[in-house]
Amino acid sequence: MSEKIEEKLFQNRYRVDEGAPHIRVNAEKVPSEQLKAMVNICPAGCYQDTEEGKVEIVADGCMECGTCRIVCQETGEVEWTYPRGGYGVLFKFG
Amino acid sequence: MAEHFDVIIVGAGMAGNAASYTLAKAGLNVLQIERGEYPGSKNVQGAILYADAVERIIPDFREEAPLERHVIEQRMWMLDERSYVGSHFRSENFNEEKPNRYTIIRAQFDKWFNRRARDAGAMVVCETTVLDLIRDDTGKVIGARVDRDKGEVFADVVLMADGVNALVGQRSGLREEINPEHAALAVKEMHFLPREVINERFNIRDDEGVVIEVLGTVTSGMLGTGFLYTNGESIALGIGCIVSDFVEKRISPAQLLDTLKSHPSIAPLIKGSEVKEYAAHLIPEGGYKAIPKVYGDGWLIAGDAAHFVNAAHREGSNLALTSGRLAAETIITLKAEGKPMTAANLKLYRQKLEESFVLKDLKKYKDLPETLWRNKQFVTTYPRLMAKAAESFFRVDGVDKLTKEKDIVRSFRKARGVLGLVGDAVKVARAWR
Repeated sequence: MSEKIEEKLFQNRYRVDEGAPHIRVNAEKVPSEQLKAMVNICPAGCYQDTEEGKVEIVADGCMECGTCRIVCQETGEVEWTYPRGGYGVLFKFG
Repeated sequence: MAEHFDVIIVGAGMAGNAASYTLAKAGLNVLQIERGEYPGSKNVQGAILYADAVERIIPDFREEAPLERHVIEQRMWMLDERSYVGSHFRSENFNEEKPNRYTIIRAQFDKWFNRRARDAGAMVVCETTVLDLIRDDTGKVIGARVDRDKGEVFADVVLMADGVNALVGQRSGLREEINPEHAALAVKEMHFLPREVINERFNIRDDEGVVIEVLGTVTSGMLGTGFLYTNGESIALGIGCIVSDFVEKRISPAQLLDTLKSHPSIAPLIKGSEVKEYAAHLIPEGGYKAIPKVYGDGWLIAGDAAHFVNAAHREGSNLALTSGRLAAETIITLKAEGKPMTAANLKLYRQKLEESFVLKDLKKYKDLPETLWRNKQFVTTYPRLMAKAAESFFRVDGVDKLTKEKDIVRSFRKARGVLGLVGDAVKVARAWR
């Protein structure tokens, strides 16, 4: 499944801000149901379960939709900003 | 960058560009800030452009704006797994000298629109993200902080046209966060095909276009719709559902799109296409009740950031264009009269919105988002029943017509109950009224 999303994302243009991810997951606690849902519902497949039962994010393929931001707003597990100006996804068509 | 402007506009989407162009044309000193590499590079839409809303800003836009096709046919389909039942409206009247609706590609249209704003005198800075707003001791907004060179810029008024996530307003404490029940997550792919192939498949000529809106089993029980829009040499195919439904069902949006693509009614239309982009975006669909305060001391909000989307009619870009224009006209009026940009004076913006279709339409459907969200049978049970009824009606198999009719009525009654059916009719009538 996630392989298929990767194929989709392969068509997109990105300028990744190396070393400065715009989304961070606070992985100290046991993940909430909301955060766990992101593993399934992130349209870019950025969220993954880890073997330790945590949820981690690799935001390189992020399309900046903001779904995780509004879903996890109450749990405080997701720290979300827009990428630095000029970085992130660059839609050719939008 | 310590220069002082009349207006700072955050964002270069439909609302931001409409405001920027209108203000610059009136001679105001405008700074427009966009976080993308170029205007349009962060913007996602289906996309349908409603000519009327653009014409009121740039009357001759047809002469040079990048438009894909003018829409002559609208199809509404209710799907089950194997069929669709629907209605089509196609008219030669839509082949008019000044067509009413166009399909567009946002990255291209927004770039053009913003160039017009720059030509009119707006100063546009790209690759710059606005972090939050600067307020004085009284709380009045007097400028914005940007992520470039620890920059601060100042203006009499700031227009937030920063899109559905509306981070600037939230981080500045001017508005609430958007609610997962009030936003739809939509994903979309751009399928490229030669123009002649699209024309043949959709029974159209030249730059005539077709729009298909679908609902039914493709949303897997979630409140949402799918769409297919014909561009010149591509087809935009997408599907969107309410975010809180995604959370509950834990369905992958990418998989949902793939299911739509493989539907027997859709697959032949995109067969052999080359996909060149996959996009995701939120749509503010909470309607009238989800609209935040849209003005205050030194600030205004327009477009998606103000939750101006009419989900029932799939309209958003026209509400964005119109709200951007009305925000600009409000500022121009106050400036001309020498009045300060206080909340009391900027209230004029809200009044203009109330007098326009923007708030009139949203008010008309104020109960619809919640009614649909609480009654998913409208997008799940009914499309399936309709498809089954149509199949029974059209299949000739030796069963007499009266028995068929009775079976159809029984299927509806079994699915919803008599009271359920009556209740559903009342609910829709009320919410639509």
